[in-house]
Amino acid sequence: MSEQWLIRGVTVAGGAPGAVDIHISGGEIAGVGPDVTAPGARVLDAGGLIALPGLVDLHTHLREPGSEDAETVETGTRAAALGGYTAVQAMANTEPVADTAGVVEQIWRLGQQAGYADVRPVGAVTVGRHGKQLAELGAMADCPAAVRVFSDDGDCVADPLLMRRALEYVKAFGGVIAQHAQEPRLTEGAQLNEGEVASRLGLAGWPAAAEEAIIARDCLLAAHTGSRLHVCHVSTAGSVEIVRWAKSKGWQVTAEVTPHHLLLTDDLAEGYDTVFKVNPPLRTRADVDALRRGLAAGTIDCVATDHAPHPVEAKETEWAAAANGMTGLETALRVVQAAMVDTGLLDWAGVADRMSRRPAAIGRLSGHGQPVAPGAPANLALYDPAAPAEAVDPTTHASKSRNSPFAGMALPGRVHATFLRGTATVLDGKVTR
Amino acid sequence: MNRHLISAADLSRDEAILILDTSAELASAAGRPIRKLPTLRGLTVVNCFYEDSTRTRTSFEAAAKRLSADVINFSAKGSSVAKGESLKDTALTLEAMGTDAVIIRHGASGAAHTLARWVTGSVVNAGDGTHEHPTQALLDAFTMRQRLSGGERGLGLDGVRVTIVGDVLHSRVARSNVLLLSTLGAEVTLVAPPTLMPYAVDTWPCKVSYDIDAELRKTDVVMMLRVQQERMSAAYFPSVREYRRRYGLDAGRMALLPDHAIVMHPGPMNRGVEIAAEVADSPRSTIVAQVSNGVIVRMAVLYLLLGGAGEGARA
Repeated sequence: MSEQWLIRGVTVAGGAPGAVDIHISGGEIAGVGPDVTAPGARVLDAGGLIALPGLVDLHTHLREPGSEDAETVETGTRAAALGGYTAVQAMANTEPVADTAGVVEQIWRLGQQAGYADVRPVGAVTVGRHGKQLAELGAMADCPAAVRVFSDDGDCVADPLLMRRALEYVKAFGGVIAQHAQEPRLTEGAQLNEGEVASRLGLAGWPAAAEEAIIARDCLLAAHTGSRLHVCHVSTAGSVEIVRWAKSKGWQVTAEVTPHHLLLTDDLAEGYDTVFKVNPPLRTRADVDALRRGLAAGTIDCVATDHAPHPVEAKETEWAAAANGMTGLETALRVVQAAMVDTGLLDWAGVADRMSRRPAAIGRLSGHGQPVAPGAPANLALYDPAAPAEAVDPTTHASKSRNSPFAGMALPGRVHATFLRGTATVLDGKVTR
Repeated sequence: MNRHLISAADLSRDEAILILDTSAELASAAGRPIRKLPTLRGLTVVNCFYEDSTRTRTSFEAAAKRLSADVINFSAKGSSVAKGESLKDTALTLEAMGTDAVIIRHGASGAAHTLARWVTGSVVNAGDGTHEHPTQALLDAFTMRQRLSGGERGLGLDGVRVTIVGDVLHSRVARSNVLLLSTLGAEVTLVAPPTLMPYAVDTWPCKVSYDIDAELRKTDVVMMLRVQQERMSAAYFPSVREYRRRYGLDAGRMALLPDHAIVMHPGPMNRGVEIAAEVADSPRSTIVAQVSNGVIVRMAVLYLLLGGAGEGARA
């Protein structure tokens, strides 16, 4: 079962400069260095490639159970592997909602069966994600799925008392509340970033203040309770400022940004193309720039895809009726290269930190996010940053859904191979089985 | 001309003036004993209305019929739309029936835009959510030109001062008028309580004021927008009474207007809220003329979009 590999001539992100060989054996990294010998190992010539620790996504919608027409654990983790991911946190907005040990355990087992990436379920904070009563968070933490990240996903835990209690309660088992920051009254019927574009298009505005107000409140609650808060998909310049302020106080606040918020802006909605409808919405160029700088500075800890597959009919409709969300697993690393690396804002060591080490630490994922060094589990992504920029074609994606906002956009780079505990899940850009 | 009329921004100054001039032409024909023209004979126009709007629907219907087109009324109520059929499937159905133009009224902004991706015929936006209502703006511009400059052909509305008062935030009429009137050279000022002014309105080609009395003294046209009572419950303003006091056009305020100034309203009116009955029924009011001009302008739009392509045009 255990594969032996010798990866030749690869550059390790964050490692010593120059090409090295990586020997994989027994699911672990057995050796890293120049001229490693490994008789009997399968050789992969990795000249020009970068070795990153397997990517970790804190925010993935796998849609199973309930919306298997959009995605399944199998298709979603296949997409994850193709994107260089070895672990994903599966969001709780399934049907039934992942608010009991039974449901999270089912999702966890589906992930084990699929075998393309480790699936760690996110548990709902409240029963049914209705924001009324805490779900059995401890039961989800204690079950085999070992849930550590709790979120009501698109339904912000708006009730301040409930949010306080949730933050406090999960301290008992090292949990974190991942909040989708959206003040509900300020965003009733909201369709697009409140700004010049939305006003002109006659779409109800989603004001930045509705995100920032919740983040500010939650940071204060996290400080008061000494709890861990994780802010999902920050999308505004103001949010970055608030997170920076909270971190400067030493509070346990972390934050993520999506690939699409690092690259795309609200003016793309001008043709009412619903592929650009997402929550939080695409913002302005100034927000994109602030998010990039925040990620570079480490104020924003990590990139999380918010991969949100939808069937065609959920998007092929008038704007207001369309579902929110975009796919992202298969394009995330390429987008990060375009937005962060090729712009000189982040080096590959930084990419390894923001897309693997830090998200693994936030989600308490053992075995992931470790440096590419002997003794570490062999979770790796081999990436070719010099691959010529190619237009994204969602019809070729492993995801069941086609709602990629990057369709037709030329993005650099290519994920060449992915290894999960020493087993190749992707080789030469294709899933191995 | 584009194949579709979805936004007033689609129209260049020359195209807008062409529509106004064509309307003037048709208006003189409409005065003659034979009121029906054979121009669009053999073409099918579908009125696809997802929102109730008797006045706009009948206006388009009359326009198409006076050009001898076959008109199909497809209303959401009592059709498969009420059973949850998507806009996409409705579009495919209309397409399969063979339609040359679809007039669409829809509650969602962008619906006309979306429909235009799925049909081969022309799409005319008869109001989409809080986005646009371009034929309303055209009939308003036609009425202004008629009343203020004798309807002389070839002219725009250069230097005409237009004040639009009311719920600009939710108004597709205001959006289309700001775009079209500025294209035609008019100086537009929006007046509304700040809660009903769109975000980033300073980027629009118009001025903004909260003081109706100051604006009325220096305007050639005042256009009152309908204020829906449900806005009150959403805290846009404290009460209808306060709205009327601060932004309603009553006889006292009308007296502030220059002598030549006209009063417009796209209808339907809330008499006693944004406009007092004695203003609506005064000689300054163009409200009835706007309705009859609506048919004429929509005839011109259909004629120009369909290129006079019917059998009648060839005959």
